[in-house]
Amino acid sequence: MLPRFLPVQRRIRETADVLSLIAEPPEGEKLPVFLPGQFNMLYAFGVGEVPISISGDPGERGRLVHTIRDVGAVSHALLQLKRNEPLGIRGPFGKPWPLDQARGADILLIAGGIGLAPLRPVIYHLLAQRHSYGRIALLYGARSPADLLYHRELERWRRVPDFQVRVTVDHAGRDWLGDVGVVTRLLPKINLDPADTVVMLCGPEIMIRFSTQALLDMGMNTQQLYVSMERNMQCATGSCGHCQFGPHFICKDGPVFRYDRVEALLKRDEI
Amino acid sequence: MKDIAELLRQHPFTTELENEIIELIAGCASNVVFQANDYIFREGGDADHFHLIRHGTVALEMKGPGRDPLSFLTIKDGDMLGSNWLLPPYRWSFDARAVELTRAVAFEATCLRAKCEADHHVGYEMMKCFVPPLLERLQMARFQAADIYGA
Ligand SMILES: Cc1cc2nc3c(=O)[nH]c(=O)nc-3n(C[C@H](O)[C@H](O)[C@H](O)COP(=O)(O)OP(=O)(O)OC[C@H]3O[C@@H](n4cnc5c(N)ncnc54)[C@H](O)[C@@H]3O)c2cc1C
Repeated sequence: MLPRFLPVQRRIRETADVLSLIAEPPEGEKLPVFLPGQFNMLYAFGVGEVPISISGDPGERGRLVHTIRDVGAVSHALLQLKRNEPLGIRGPFGKPWPLDQARGADILLIAGGIGLAPLRPVIYHLLAQRHSYGRIALLYGARSPADLLYHRELERWRRVPDFQVRVTVDHAGRDWLGDVGVVTRLLPKINLDPADTVVMLCGPEIMIRFSTQALLDMGMNTQQLYVSMERNMQCATGSCGHCQFGPHFICKDGPVFRYDRVEALLKRDEI
Repeated sequence: MKDIAELLRQHPFTTELENEIIELIAGCASNVVFQANDYIFREGGDADHFHLIRHGTVALEMKGPGRDPLSFLTIKDGDMLGSNWLLPPYRWSFDARAVELTRAVAFEATCLRAKCEADHHVGYEMMKCFVPPLLERLQMARFQAADIYGA
């Protein structure tokens, strides 16, 4: 699959090292439909290509949003793109979050750091189809208040009745009135039925491991938990083997996996 | 007003404690209220109390020269506050500041230590209540040190 080039329409600074790039197709051209949890391969001329989750609203067909953290050569090059410069895109790829299977259940989203980006389309979907789900909650952990993504939206979501939003950071100054501590400390504060909850987790693997353990200790089972594995990949079609994770290829079998399928692999040092 | 033993029975910290021990340690306890921005204790001060938070939020903070105080943990309803009173030199190693109106049960440390020394069964049962939150906080400190979101 060759990349398609779409002009960048807006750059939104989220934090010191994270930007959202909004790309729009020229008049009359359509964007492919995507499902929450899917990603695109984004291409930076002469530098390379990286997988980046789609972080926009799946119901909004006229623009494509990616939230990118500047960690290395390709992500840095992508974040240098100015307005109207072309962004190379292949996709969408990958298995989405299990929103259809989760209908009728309570939904708990647990995000850490940049891991809120792949979960934001889920939030848009849940809020648009509120009647199809039970209670919904978001627990979000980040390094500090300055590292929180989507500040304004977090504030807006907090005011949505019937959407429990709890944010915690690892350290904060006096101007932060929220929680300080790890994300699992928020679990006892939310009101969900553990027997009938589907949990979707995205964040650093250490956070995924200790959060899933805490959820299992609360009486949930591994089939209620879904994680997005953001390990590195190249081709995105399951042919190069770069993102092989045990028997799975993250690009085509994932990035979203039911936890029982990857639990043993997550506990191994090298795969 | 509910008596102290009753307040203690309702606190998650004492879930595993025998009723007789709750009655015994209630003799060292009193009901306290802190207003927003009151310091419950300060770094370097004598660790002569410990608290079980009933309602409210307490920020644990560290200060450095020329730096604003940095909160590394918030303590909330149902949590235990402070462990430096357990062992010498009985000195606080950080500040604890009420972020909002906070109600707690305060224990007088000398009184509680004397009861634990006099009856090691009481001491051991108390230790079993203290160790889980301490281990949880140690684990949290490891995650913070590893900077898991930044790495
Ligand atoms: C399915 C999927 C979805 C993703 N979605 C997003 C997203 O929405 N936003 C976003 O910013 N990033 C996302 N990533 C991660 C992103 O692909 C990598 O950060 C990117 O490939 C790094 O490439 P680089 O050339 O900029 O840095 P490199 O030079 O390749 O790496 C720089 C540093 O980052 C580390 N690193 C590289 N890739 C990863 C990774 N996948 N996870 C953790 N550390 C890594 C490297 O070990 C190195 O220390 C996603 C990854 C996958 C697999």
